Amino acid sequence: MAGKTIRRMGRLLLGLALLGGAGNALADYTLNMTQGVTEVSRDIYDMHMLVLWICIVVGIGVFGVIIYSLIKHRKSKGAQAASFHENTTIEVIWTAIPLIVLVAIAVPATKTLLAIEDTTNSDLSIKVTGLQWKWKYDYLDEGISFISALDAKSNEARARNSGIDPSSVENYLLNVDKPIVIPIKKKVRFLLTSQDVIHAWWVPDLAVKRDAIPGYINESWTRVEEPGVYRGQCAELCGKDHGFMPIVVKAVTQPEYDQWVANQKMAMAEAEASSAKTLSLGELMSKGEGLYNQYCASCHMANGAGIPGVFPGLVNSKIVTGPVADHLDIVIHGSKTNPAMAAFGLQLNDIDLAAIITYERNAWGNDTGDAVQASDVKAAR
Amino acid sequence: MSTVMSHDEHHGPAKGLSRWLFTTNHKDIGTLYLWFAFIMFMVGGAMAMVIRAELFQPGMQLVDPLFFNQMTTMHGLIMVFGAVMPAFVGLANWLVPMMIGAPDMALPRMNNWSFWILPFAGLMLISTMFMEGGGPAFGWTFYAPLSTTFAADSTDFFIFSVHLLGISSIMGAINIIATILNMRAPGMTLMKMPLFVWTWLITAFLLIAVMPVLAGAVTMMLTDRNFGTSFFDAAGGGDPVLFQHIFWFFGHPEVYIMILPAFGVVSHIIPTFARKKLFGYSSMVYAVAAIAFLSFIVWAHHMFTVGMPVAAELYYMYATVMIAVPTAVKVFNWTATMWKGSMTFETPMLWAIGFVFCFTIGGFTGLMLGVAPVDFQYHDTYFVVAHFHYVLLTGAVFAIIAAVYFWLPKWTGNMYDETLGKWHFWLSMISANVLFFPMHFSGLAGMPRRIPDYAVQFADFNMWSSIGGFVFGASQLIFLWVVIKSIRGGEKATDKVWEGAEGLEWTIPSPAPYHTFETPPEVK
Ligand SMILES: [Cu+2]
Repeated sequence: MAGKTIRRMGRLLLGLALLGGAGNALADYTLNMTQGVTEVSRDIYDMHMLVLWICIVVGIGVFGVIIYSLIKHRKSKGAQAASFHENTTIEVIWTAIPLIVLVAIAVPATKTLLAIEDTTNSDLSIKVTGLQWKWKYDYLDEGISFISALDAKSNEARARNSGIDPSSVENYLLNVDKPIVIPIKKKVRFLLTSQDVIHAWWVPDLAVKRDAIPGYINESWTRVEEPGVYRGQCAELCGKDHGFMPIVVKAVTQPEYDQWVANQKMAMAEAEASSAKTLSLGELMSKGEGLYNQYCASCHMANGAGIPGVFPGLVNSKIVTGPVADHLDIVIHGSKTNPAMAAFGLQLNDIDLAAIITYERNAWGNDTGDAVQASDVKAAR
Repeated sequence: MSTVMSHDEHHGPAKGLSRWLFTTNHKDIGTLYLWFAFIMFMVGGAMAMVIRAELFQPGMQLVDPLFFNQMTTMHGLIMVFGAVMPAFVGLANWLVPMMIGAPDMALPRMNNWSFWILPFAGLMLISTMFMEGGGPAFGWTFYAPLSTTFAADSTDFFIFSVHLLGISSIMGAINIIATILNMRAPGMTLMKMPLFVWTWLITAFLLIAVMPVLAGAVTMMLTDRNFGTSFFDAAGGGDPVLFQHIFWFFGHPEVYIMILPAFGVVSHIIPTFARKKLFGYSSMVYAVAAIAFLSFIVWAHHMFTVGMPVAAELYYMYATVMIAVPTAVKVFNWTATMWKGSMTFETPMLWAIGFVFCFTIGGFTGLMLGVAPVDFQYHDTYFVVAHFHYVLLTGAVFAIIAAVYFWLPKWTGNMYDETLGKWHFWLSMISANVLFFPMHFSGLAGMPRRIPDYAVQFADFNMWSSIGGFVFGASQLIFLWVVIKSIRGGEKATDKVWEGAEGLEWTIPSPAPYHTFETPPEVK
């Protein structure tokens, strides 16, 4: 870790030494906005470059004049102050020029904006729901539904002083357990909403950034041209783990997409069938631990202690060690008093909920001995 | 002059603590405001140091994400409401009466009250961090429902503190308007007022217009949190986006509240050291008025991604980029003032020139952000963080520092240490750019703002920023030392202080006597 830091500082110094000289010392920096992989993202990039160049030209002009007079018109060089001031012609000209430049910007900007907001004629629709702190995707035409959260490796490495070097983790903080898959060359419409606070779904290469707001359904769209994996992050502060809810979009060809859809449907059918089974306490506990760490630990903490005053602890808590029915109720339907406790019945299937509840009731010395089954969850829904 | 002096002996300031507690003197209150602002600048700056230390490299090393969010939130709130705004009110208290030839502010007792609310509001705000669940962690923009149903219990104290800060600001603004409109020396018509007075007059109207809106927003939050209303709760029929509209109706004029007086300050300093009249006085006044007007009708450009109708997005884009016109007029004016001047580069001038350069960069990125389709990529990234720190830190704060160096000899009667002042400037100027310029790149490369940890490709930029941040933070201690040194002694300042100085404040002795202009001067 320390060695890595020193190496990076060394690289900074090298960059500083070579700044202005050899440009290739900075070659591994991304200095500019991505051009992305859609028509819209390229239009936006072009727009960005247009305005940037206008600013650079105006900047060189204005700063050039200032620097020239800083050098030439100084008292130490014997410069005498002129007495001119207030000149209507000049003032009209320098008011008019920015106006003309603005119109030159506004025309293409209007065109691009109208294209971005045209969500008609889409080929498929995916509902994107922001949750603290993961994304839920519903393929409305296929009935596929799943949750996508930060991958386990990043999650482990991002714990404070985890001892894991982030650069040893592939796509640190930009990887998820289950990416969304979309077909290329198809107009994919996203319907964005949230179950708790406001989030924003952002994938730079797609140039899609749209807020996911509770009570709203926002629309956006993309048509990806190249197969590939495109990564993004939540862009609206949404609480504690705002920095840890990435987005991964996998764009594939239509046949691959069809195959993926078929696989998903099969997996869902299998999960449905398995929820009829009865599992032992041990099986539920081991399944529950992983799920708990994935879905619950960001608030209630891996050791069940919570964060005092913010997120309640579960060790010896009234609900977790009390009647099973109350425990089922709060996990499935959410808390009636504290909106931070979401209704997980909407997010997880029966067997997963059963495993989590069983784990909570028996971990950290809670030891109630209860083995909650998928059938119990089904009955309590 | 001798009459002023002898009068001063009868009515000198009271001694000890009661002088400051009960003072109604505009100079004392100005001093209080400025010291309060400096302390808050240091507190908010310390929080920024925590942020930069955590972001020094990828991975979580020093703090937890929730505490990190408290740091970004409190840093923003303290710098806006505790540092920049009180500093400008402090400057107004010191300078407006001296510039318009008035003996004091129009409402001296209210003046005392509007200052003394501040320390309590500030302490209450900071105390939330020690409450169970921690302080505000929802960003200085406190969007609902993160700040309502999902926030810690301490949020109610935050709301109360915002109410107090608002009351203080409104009283300060009323006082400044009453002073400027009623107490100008005979002959000083509106279009003869110094630009600092003009910018503050317009700023004060902005404050009166928008602080009540902020108070309304936090009151609705309060009732949503405690009394079962659903203004911002979709589940109860309310609207979370409504909060953003109300907030930014306050928030956009608010950013001009923090920059217009800076325009005024710079418009005094540049002509003084260029030894040449400001190029276009009246166009500067009209430009400030135009910016103030536009500030009321562009607020939703902060909300391009919330999903407004496309017609609204187009309108807010057009209206927003229009601000570039009066802003450009101002920059051109300062440039034309320097052109063919006879310039010297004392510390205040250095800060003012630094302001013109950096503020212009912030203006450019502001224009870029205003172009709605591109804003979809910039929004809520470090590009935005770079933008508003260029206009607020290297803009507003640089202007405040410039003002302190410029008028300090008038306040203390002693010249400040020019060498240290120059060190302070160059260290700050370079480090602030090392701090904020790379943020443009990390933002364009895709780094969202308000995250406590980041993907490794952003690491180098963040290390640059952190190094710049630490140097900038440390450099401000030089400022403290220069000011203390000048208060304690040093080369005596003349009444005029600067060769090219113009205005009534330079006609009174240095240091300015406790009471000035008891008989109004004649302005021709
Ligand atoms: Cu989020």
